[in-house]
Amino acid sequence: MSALQTFLAMGGYAVYVWPAYAVFFIVLIVDSIAPRLRRRRVLRELRARIARQSSRQDRVRQDRAASNPITTPPSL
Amino acid sequence: MSSWIPLWLHKLGSPPTFYRFAGSLRPWAMALALLFGAIALYGGLVLAPADYQQGDAYRIIFIHVPSAWMSMFIYAVMGVAAFIALVWRLKLAEVVAMESAPIGAAFTFITLVTGSLWGKPMWGTWWTWDARLTSELVLLFLYLGVIGLYHAFEDRRQGARAAAFLAIIGIINVPIVHFSVNWWNTLHQGSTINVFGQSKISWDMLWPLLSMVLATKFYYIASLFRRVRTDLLALEGGKDWVRKIAESESRQ
Repeated sequence: MSALQTFLAMGGYAVYVWPAYAVFFIVLIVDSIAPRLRRRRVLRELRARIARQSSRQDRVRQDRAASNPITTPPSL
Repeated sequence: MSSWIPLWLHKLGSPPTFYRFAGSLRPWAMALALLFGAIALYGGLVLAPADYQQGDAYRIIFIHVPSAWMSMFIYAVMGVAAFIALVWRLKLAEVVAMESAPIGAAFTFITLVTGSLWGKPMWGTWWTWDARLTSELVLLFLYLGVIGLYHAFEDRRQGARAAAFLAIIGIINVPIVHFSVNWWNTLHQGSTINVFGQSKISWDMLWPLLSMVLATKFYYIASLFRRVRTDLLALEGGKDWVRKIAESESRQ
């Protein structure tokens, strides 16, 4: 048996040792990817909210300017 | 808060400051976690000799024991943060407590599964209802309870406070897990590592184990900081500093 095969065989306990290590890595990889995806979603929602608010402000400004052109200062 | 708490700690408690602080430390914590993890894997799987009783099956120890320690350590951190959150209503403490729970649950899950995979060849059974195993399973349920309670409320801060109560009550289980092997006659072996005395393990096996302990600690810091940063963005969504971050990241 080559050195690599001996290593992978784990003295006959390969079916216990390797799955244990696999679980360790899979769980931790999932744990580190989940917040990354969540961060992306949170930022996307924030940008959407900011865009909605600024477009609403624009609309209010236009409405005011249309209904009362004299009293509404142009900078509002 | 009282005056004995230094000013920098006050500042660190404010969400924008902590966001920046966590952001600058997180990559270093992750790099150290990967470095120590790689060293531990090489030392544990390749360099360390096989055990004279357990053969190569004992190599599961290099992930099982560090994960078990983290499952208790993270619970303790969560309990302290939950206490601070309830007493001083500190938003950051709430977030740290609530974001520790999923990481702690992950490590508890790893502990149970790797323990089961170790138990089968050594004890001849995947699972037995003895004190150590049962109390560790209760720890997993406590974590899941905290996560569930937190998400059961519409208002996240209200949910965090309710879950913080559960976290504090559940802390009683941590010493039970730790001392279960001494208090009850269990199938699980006693402590291998003795902090204050001679450990029952040779140096060849001990250093990879300690390296993995460090790796999991640094991993926890990295994962917690990422989660806390995300949570702060969500909680402080209406504030100026968050808007600036949202806008600057959209330009990239």
